[in-house]
Amino acid sequence: MKSLYYNNKRIATLLVAVLLSFALPAMADTPVPVVPKGKGVKCVEPTDVMRKRHFEFILHQRDATMHEGIRTPQHSLAQCLNCHVPKAEAGQERVRYGSDEHFCSSCHNYAGVTIDCFECHNDGPTGQPLELTGAEGRPTPLAQPLDLVDEAVRVATREEEE
Amino acid sequence: MSKDVNATRRKFLGQAAALTGLSVAPGVFLVDLAHGKPADEPVSAKNRWGMLIDTNKCAKDCNACVTACQQENGWGSNEVNSRPDQQAQWIRKVNLKHKATGATYSLPMLCQHCETPPCADVCPTGASFRRADGIVLVDKHICIGCRYCMMACPYKARSFIHEVLQDQSVNAPRGKGTVESCTLCVHRVDRDGENAVPACAEACNEEGHAAFVFGDLNDPDSRLSQTLKKFGSRQIRADLGLNPGIHYKGI
Repeated sequence: MKSLYYNNKRIATLLVAVLLSFALPAMADTPVPVVPKGKGVKCVEPTDVMRKRHFEFILHQRDATMHEGIRTPQHSLAQCLNCHVPKAEAGQERVRYGSDEHFCSSCHNYAGVTIDCFECHNDGPTGQPLELTGAEGRPTPLAQPLDLVDEAVRVATREEEE
Repeated sequence: MSKDVNATRRKFLGQAAALTGLSVAPGVFLVDLAHGKPADEPVSAKNRWGMLIDTNKCAKDCNACVTACQQENGWGSNEVNSRPDQQAQWIRKVNLKHKATGATYSLPMLCQHCETPPCADVCPTGASFRRADGIVLVDKHICIGCRYCMMACPYKARSFIHEVLQDQSVNAPRGKGTVESCTLCVHRVDRDGENAVPACAEACNEEGHAAFVFGDLNDPDSRLSQTLKKFGSRQIRADLGLNPGIHYKGI
């Protein structure tokens, strides 16, 4: 009996080892989106804030611009594209929304999130990128606080920068 | 007087002259460096933007305002799969003939930016709206493409987009399934305020006709208000009581 118990234990250990040998490399191989790097030194907000909340910034700016004529460049969709989508090389077609190489779709395709911004908006650069050197704070003050973005994140961000 | 003193004196006088030229009082500058409202300030009912179009100056065969609008806002060439009657017309030239007298008139027809816009009245989603400063717009983010506004507009100023578009102008995002019309070059108005010149007016000036006067109807001193006061004007279908912001002269 005893030998059978030990045998079972040995088999169990072996089984776990075999399973892990499959699982571990699989975990390391989890595909992650390849996001093209934008121009400039830094984005208008810290990267982690942008990852979590870019849609809130754009949505807020959308209504502010459309209905109140507030046209600050900081959270403007056109400015996103000016930095994040490269201009067409001579004789070549510019990268389009939908392609994995387009900044927005690289992640949206991965996450399976469909957006309809580019049914109306140009999906490429239409002007010069905002110039942020990295040393300064916000390029333009916000017209009003973003209701959707909680103050805690904003305070934390500011402290981090200081 | 030594040369040194002369140099200092000259420099001082130069600087003093420069300062006097630029400002008459602290903060009041003769040379206006910034135009319009600050980018982060919302528009207000303080202004009401409008235009006067002098049909006597409008040349019958000239289409410059239409072409300029197409260029500025990116319509007119990219709807390749739509029938001509489906294609967008933000502004069009209209030639009229008075039946009794035979007199002919030529004028551009565009969104009249009514004070009480019927398009906004009938819109079921609130996509058609009148901005605080009087500019009538379509918020395409919430437009469902029902086209009630096109039915309601007595000026036939609105168009519906029937096909998928690409490479839109940054000034005017536009896409399939939404209604659109003249924005009074709202991107220019937000940037330049009372010094703004819509693309149509700019082109007309360049052609040498100068039939358009853009300005603030609420400001009695604006060139628009002064011209209206001096010469009078007519609003098209004034009987409807919509109080359009676009005035015409000579019809």
